[in-house]
Amino acid sequence: MSERGLLDYPRLAPGVRLHFDKVREAWVLLAPERVIEAEGPASEILKRCDGKHSVDAIIDELAVVFTAERQVIAGDVIEMLRDMAVRGLLAT
Amino acid sequence: MIPRPLGLLAELTHRCPLGCPYCSNPLALEQPATELDAATWAEVFRQAAAMGVLQVHLSGGEPGARRDLEDITDSASQAGLYTNLITSAVGVDRQRLQRLQARGLDHIQISFQDLAESSADHIAGYRGAHARKLALAASAAAMDLPLTINIVIHRANIERLEPLVDFAADLGAGRVEVAHAQYYGWALQNRAALMPTRDQVDRAVCLIPRLRERYAGRMAIDSVVPDYYETRPKPCMGGWARQTLNVTPSGLVLPCHAAQTIPGLTFWSVREHNLAEIWTASPAFTAFRGTDWMQEPCRSCAFRQEDFGGCRCQALAVTGDAAAADPSCELSPTHAELRAMAEKAAASAESAYTYRGRNRQSRAIPIPVR
Repeated sequence: MSERGLLDYPRLAPGVRLHFDKVREAWVLLAPERVIEAEGPASEILKRCDGKHSVDAIIDELAVVFTAERQVIAGDVIEMLRDMAVRGLLAT
Repeated sequence: MIPRPLGLLAELTHRCPLGCPYCSNPLALEQPATELDAATWAEVFRQAAAMGVLQVHLSGGEPGARRDLEDITDSASQAGLYTNLITSAVGVDRQRLQRLQARGLDHIQISFQDLAESSADHIAGYRGAHARKLALAASAAAMDLPLTINIVIHRANIERLEPLVDFAADLGAGRVEVAHAQYYGWALQNRAALMPTRDQVDRAVCLIPRLRERYAGRMAIDSVVPDYYETRPKPCMGGWARQTLNVTPSGLVLPCHAAQTIPGLTFWSVREHNLAEIWTASPAFTAFRGTDWMQEPCRSCAFRQEDFGGCRCQALAVTGDAAAADPSCELSPTHAELRAMAEKAAASAESAYTYRGRNRQSRAIPIPVR
């Protein structure tokens, strides 16, 4: 656990799966009795929550994908990861 | 535009060794000889995925009673569905659970009846059930298979809601379902023995936010509220024919598991129709979809798109008219009658259960832990 309150290498909680819904053409997170929309930046972050990307690596890659300033992206990524953690969607 | 369903409840069999007096299966259980085979279930899952279903719940009865549960699980997973097993734990042991996980099972839900073995087995009507549940929950935790604990709440266990939720956390559950008994079918038969008092329900409802705080980030707590004492109806099933569908062991497709209690509805079978066609056009699904079927006070109600008029089966059971407002709504002319029925049932000294699927009533054994 880093000082950000997140795992250094975030990954999805057991039983949570990122899935591309071909019928609705949308990324969703599947969890027990829950389907959560994961559109745009969310899916790009979640694809990298694989236990292999560090939080910093996720931020680096997102900055490239969205051609944005690293500092701006960093805030968004950490906020999103914290929100996911509170909702029990990330492994602890 | 007709919304696409997200979830499918696959009732693989109505066979079950347990006799829970609040079972959601119909009073007339379907016979084993009529059950769909594994190949037909595989086709149902492919059709479900193609129409947008994302999650399948393998249920029953006890799905473990199916010898081909492994193949059925495999086909659900192959279809790309998030695959959940809803089990009593009787008929699924550790070895079998490992096989199911290897075939793609994503998640398991195990029901518990109470904290103490004697009371739990009495409620389930099956000696030894509680011990098997404990063993299977431990196996799931050891296998890192995500676990939901489901607890149906009623008069015999409502006072132990808090320790029951703590117990679920100790078992390693990532989610617990606090499901107050819903009074259809078998539970309606047993209402006098199951109904808690209003005071008990109020206290149980007040506990939930505190328990959610206690387990924030560790265990999700979902609560199905008891609506007999409510003033607003629940959005039953998220609205009729809006989010989920139910396939019975013989292949009939229902908008909800109690829909067969409504007389005059025609249900189509997966043996004769494609699932998407059934969802869109079968009479049972179109009967109460949307708001056109509504009468007053629902028709002009500001909440009609939020609660969809509540539950059709409860409207039928209490008012005799499936298109009436759910009597749990304070705007229903039958609301006071429902409240009086609940209070009368709660005041009853009845403690004997009519166990589901069994002919005889239980002897009036006093509930051991109270």
